[in-house]
Amino acid sequence: MEMMRKERIDRGVRVRTAGLYAISSWREMLYLMGPPLFLIIGMIVLPVILELAPYWKRVVNIVCVYTLLALAFDFLANFVGLVCLGGAFFVGIGGYLSAIFNVYLHFPVYLSIPLATIGGAVISTLLLMPALPLRGVYFAIVTLMYPLLATRVIEALNIFGGTNGIIGLDSLPNVYVEHYLIIIATLIFLYGLRRFVNQDMGLVIRGVKDNDQAVRASGISVTRMKAFAVFVASFMGCFAGAYISHMYSWAGNSLFALDFSIIPIASVVIGGGGTLLGAVVGSFILVPVSELLRNFGTFRIVIYCVILTGFIVFKSEGIMVYVMRKYHQFERWVKV
Amino acid sequence: MEIIVYGTINSVILSLTALGFTLVYSIARMPNFAHGALYITTGYLAWLFMNKFGSLPYPLALALAIGITAAIGALIYRFILIRIRGMEISEIIATYAIGLAILEGLRWGGLRGMTFTLPPFITGSMNIFGVSVDYQRLLIVVAGIGIFATLYLFTHFNKVGLALRGIAQDERAAMMLGIDSDMTAIISLALGSGLAGLAAVMLLPLGNIIVEVGYNVLIFAIAVSVIGGLGSWGGTILASFIIGFAQILTEAFLSSQYQMVVALLAIIITLLIKPSGIFGKQKELEERV
Repeated sequence: MEMMRKERIDRGVRVRTAGLYAISSWREMLYLMGPPLFLIIGMIVLPVILELAPYWKRVVNIVCVYTLLALAFDFLANFVGLVCLGGAFFVGIGGYLSAIFNVYLHFPVYLSIPLATIGGAVISTLLLMPALPLRGVYFAIVTLMYPLLATRVIEALNIFGGTNGIIGLDSLPNVYVEHYLIIIATLIFLYGLRRFVNQDMGLVIRGVKDNDQAVRASGISVTRMKAFAVFVASFMGCFAGAYISHMYSWAGNSLFALDFSIIPIASVVIGGGGTLLGAVVGSFILVPVSELLRNFGTFRIVIYCVILTGFIVFKSEGIMVYVMRKYHQFERWVKV
Repeated sequence: MEIIVYGTINSVILSLTALGFTLVYSIARMPNFAHGALYITTGYLAWLFMNKFGSLPYPLALALAIGITAAIGALIYRFILIRIRGMEISEIIATYAIGLAILEGLRWGGLRGMTFTLPPFITGSMNIFGVSVDYQRLLIVVAGIGIFATLYLFTHFNKVGLALRGIAQDERAAMMLGIDSDMTAIISLALGSGLAGLAAVMLLPLGNIIVEVGYNVLIFAIAVSVIGGLGSWGGTILASFIIGFAQILTEAFLSSQYQMVVALLAIIITLLIKPSGIFGKQKELEERV
């Protein structure tokens, strides 16, 4: 019997665009620039298109918030090797800080969001510091505990408005600022992060995941690198939190809710870990689904978890890796 | 005196909840984030058997519930975790997702409020050193000691138990001697889930069966195991006594709401001073960067 096997070969256009030929024809340029331009332009025109369906305009903002969190998770998990089970912690810190700046100290919006972002990132990094010199599950454990504890501490001590939360934050100046602030921030973080992981510091950080002893032998402090990576991730998370608290004009306990922890993880696993773009794709799939299932309450979390487990077990590469393979390569059957 | 008596009881309770988690981690090297979910599942199953499905007698219902939970643990490993073993990130995410799915599913199914309770085994109370203690709590202490003794005997004088310990100490050497790694992992998950269930049926009569308890149990189990050194049993017992007494002291002098904060502070202090926990000697080199 004749044996066949599947062979995977790069498409001609991919090989050509790897060199100088890339700028020699429109086809090659389109091949290179098409997907990113589609994403960027698509995200920028999305709010305008959705003028037709006003309810979904807000959903775009929420999608972007989750995208930021998913990017942070993907960066930490697949580039640094730290599994963060508590993205909600970053959101909560950022949200509460900007509420404190805005309501208690009367800072304007354009000051409270950046201050909350930076301050929140510093605070989260310091709080996560004890778990950083260790390998293994400690980081996951500590990040799992923080958001659960934060709600209880706030309730128990009755600080920051207790269970009612802090109300009366200034909302953003107008709807378009509200949309484009988060959309442009998402795009900047996405492409900035993609650059960052391929530059000097990013390469060292990836080295921490693959072989921390080698990084250490090169005279670089592993803990400092991890702390910096956590700072970057929590920076994104805190920005998302500060933004969302201003969007709702409210900062409360639900900023520490499980949704902010589990949906980004699910998006990354579905979209494809380690690609960063996968985080975007995953959020764009999952968050609208979550809006459709709003009536189901906590049952949504069950659905995410089932999807998540299914993807991890049966399709661990995720959508984005699969799509990229199809885009760059073709397959054919050959004789063995 | 009250502090000593209730501190001891609280410590035994804590070590009971943490035992299953530690066992799974030490043998299968897997952090079982579904621990709290399995704990609550057992309680809910026992309640179902007693109140919905033909009102079985109490001991039978409990035994069935524990058995089913152990089977769930084994099935989780056999069909899900076995495929991602060794991929640390996936292991953490998968167990966490399974735990969340169970807990939030139960919450959606209506597991809240005061309706879900299990009766205590024996009612009544007696005085110990002038402190009134009800029989259920006394029973927990006695049973806790019994469970520890049984586990010790099982892992030291039984072939299966010795195999489990062998895998925990050196997986490759154990496999060379013909011990099936996956089989021991299945056994350990079943045993760990069963222990979670056992702890649940003993402890749940003290309160309501609600979803929040699942999260609390997970947090305290993790806290105790981290402080004692992940995967170390002696450390787990010692750490549960430390946290148990610390909690009772905070409850006596501050307020019970600070209990969680005590656990977290204890974890952070442990990670800062002695990251591998009190008895985590053998893995110190592995885990420290």
